[in-house]
Amino acid sequence: MTEVRNELVKKRYAAERRFKFYGAAALTLTALFLAALLVDVIIKGIPAFHETSVEIDVKVDPADVDPANLPGGNYDKMIKEAFRAEFPEVTGRAEKKALTGLLSTGGADSLRSMVTADPSIIGKTVTVPVLLGDDADLFLKGLLTEQKTVPGKATLHIARLEGEEGFVLTGDTTGEAAEKQLGLTPGDIVRFKGGAVRVTGVQNGYLKADPVLPPDPSVSMLDAGQWDVVSFSVPEANRRINDNQALWLDQLKSEGRVKNSFSWRFFEAGDSREPELAGIRGALIGSLLTVLVALSLALPLGIAAAVYLEEFAPKNKWTDLIEVNINNLAAVPSIIFGLLGLAVFLNFFGLPRSAPLVGGLVLALLVLPTIIIASRAALKAVPPSITEAALGVGASKQQAVFQHVLPLALPGIMTGTILGLARAFGETAPLLMIGMVAFIADIPQGFTSAATVLPVQVFLWSDLPEMAFKAKTAAAIIVLLVVLFALNAVAIYLRKRFERRW
Amino acid sequence: MNAPVHHQTLVTPAHPKALASGQFKVTARDVDVYYGEKQAIKDLSIDIPDRSVSAFIGPSGCGKSTFLRCINRMNDTIPTCRVTGDIKVDGNDIYDPNIDVVQLRAKVGMVFQKPNPFPKSIYENVAYGPRIHGLATNKTELDEIVEKSLRKAGLWEEVKDRLQHPGTGLSGGQQQRLCIARAIAVNPEVILMDEPCSALDPIATARIEELIDELRQNYCIVIVTHSMQQAARVSQLTAFFHLGTLVEYGDTDEMFTAPQEKRTQDYITGRFG
Repeated sequence: MTEVRNELVKKRYAAERRFKFYGAAALTLTALFLAALLVDVIIKGIPAFHETSVEIDVKVDPADVDPANLPGGNYDKMIKEAFRAEFPEVTGRAEKKALTGLLSTGGADSLRSMVTADPSIIGKTVTVPVLLGDDADLFLKGLLTEQKTVPGKATLHIARLEGEEGFVLTGDTTGEAAEKQLGLTPGDIVRFKGGAVRVTGVQNGYLKADPVLPPDPSVSMLDAGQWDVVSFSVPEANRRINDNQALWLDQLKSEGRVKNSFSWRFFEAGDSREPELAGIRGALIGSLLTVLVALSLALPLGIAAAVYLEEFAPKNKWTDLIEVNINNLAAVPSIIFGLLGLAVFLNFFGLPRSAPLVGGLVLALLVLPTIIIASRAALKAVPPSITEAALGVGASKQQAVFQHVLPLALPGIMTGTILGLARAFGETAPLLMIGMVAFIADIPQGFTSAATVLPVQVFLWSDLPEMAFKAKTAAAIIVLLVVLFALNAVAIYLRKRFERRW
Repeated sequence: MNAPVHHQTLVTPAHPKALASGQFKVTARDVDVYYGEKQAIKDLSIDIPDRSVSAFIGPSGCGKSTFLRCINRMNDTIPTCRVTGDIKVDGNDIYDPNIDVVQLRAKVGMVFQKPNPFPKSIYENVAYGPRIHGLATNKTELDEIVEKSLRKAGLWEEVKDRLQHPGTGLSGGQQQRLCIARAIAVNPEVILMDEPCSALDPIATARIEELIDELRQNYCIVIVTHSMQQAARVSQLTAFFHLGTLVEYGDTDEMFTAPQEKRTQDYITGRFG
């Protein structure tokens, strides 16, 4: 008897241990996936919160600025001319274009705002931080290619090929392969004072090279230490910055003129086709306006519906039917609500397309069932003794509900509402149907101006081919997550703060 | 089946003063109460005199609480509950469609089994009733009502320095006295108490019982209790309920010493229930 019983007890404990293990394993797996996701998003998104600019000394040419129309001056030209003047050796048309192509198309904005703020600098030379383009920015952040710079180890002889563009590189001694002697492989760039050449191939113990930055013709021999070997992990053809541009940026960086700063622009600008100019303010404001409309509609309607159904409605098959269908509505895919919004609000009522007003209406419909269900649960959780106490001193049903039950249910209702709003905040599909998916560069000014919302902005950016938008996508996801976590934190705080026990 | 109860004498010569003046505060005739299909009270008739304590005793499920809750129509909140017959307070049929249930409940106050103060301050708990009934025109009057009610409930000395503290922070016995103060504050004439001491310790119970005895001077009190000792201690009249019928109603002392019905005797001597 006792043996059988011991056997049973052992089995029971084993089953309990197994179950605990399964639970812990499932939890660990989930935590790992979540951590991997978060780490990935954060690592990819962090670079988008920084921007790179280069300091250029610009002479503010009075000829290009009309004092009566300060913002209309030709600052772009001034910036470009000043930048070209920094590299006098660049002469070819294509090279000049490549050089100014490093700057952002919005690079002149900083000069414009400086002059507008202080017109007295017209005619003077000022140091202006000029925003770099997205490719230059990524290169300097090390996201385009890895760059390795090694000082030259041996004496390098450099000779110009007769009648050709190319050069020949050899080491000190002949007979031994120059490539081994110098530590160079095809694709490497040899950089020395006043120029740079790219190794193209090996021939009979010497190295052939093409010019990258035209070298000083007088240079024919360089000692060890006078030259560098620069190599990139990604071949030139596969990257958006060519070798010339990379070397220019390298030079600017070594001169300490490249500044990396926090990108307030990301939070202050609307969308843009240029990644370095694109920001999330438009989407953030659009989200806020949309959610505001959704909240101001869904909250009163939801609470009123819940109070009526829970406290006043007669319990019959009609209210049962309504209850079942509210639960069904909570499970309807959100895109269906988008179609409903398209058919009713846009086509029938003729409300403006892409507007936060319509988005809010659709999201209100979407979260209404959630709010009703949460509010009913909160109302149900208030003990009937409170209602009885109120009725017992002669309060009417309505007084009992509105003066006693509802205030006690409010924290629960608020929690449910905030969680519903968090869902609305992260909703994309229904907004696609009503046109909030357009490219909108302007920050929305009101409930009827065209807007987009944060999750849709993530969707839009994730679709774009520019590398820099990948970081922007991740950064927008971070902002979205921060907002959602903040909403959930508020919900938890409300629950803890006003929780009552009876 | 139980033999039908005849009620030529609804009250045995119990409360001579009340009987002499014919002051019956609550009268019921042929009351039947149904919860859906189930009949909870059968053919009940009773006369309850003013300025006295009547105790309802009986085993669980005998209908004593159900009848109590009929007197201020608290059963209205249960959708399946149906009441037939006449219940009159001061001669007015309280199930008359013209009767305002809110006014009725102000006149017939109630104290519940579990202390259920509102989760508000002590002051607000007492002031709520007078405020919704417009019994005070200004703050001073309201303060007076609150103080008077708390004094009557014997709670004033204990809470006068912390009127703004939450009512739920008081001890169980104090909470129940707060609930009594809350009921008194709207000037009721009848106070219904549904097992008011069942959640309290003996000391708090004794305090409430003293209070009930004091309140008897001014109110008609009906108390449901499971404790026969309590019924014997606080009440002048006792009603014994069994299986939805009123078996016997009469003077408490006589009921506990010489009950007229066998079932009453069996119950009070502990043979069932």
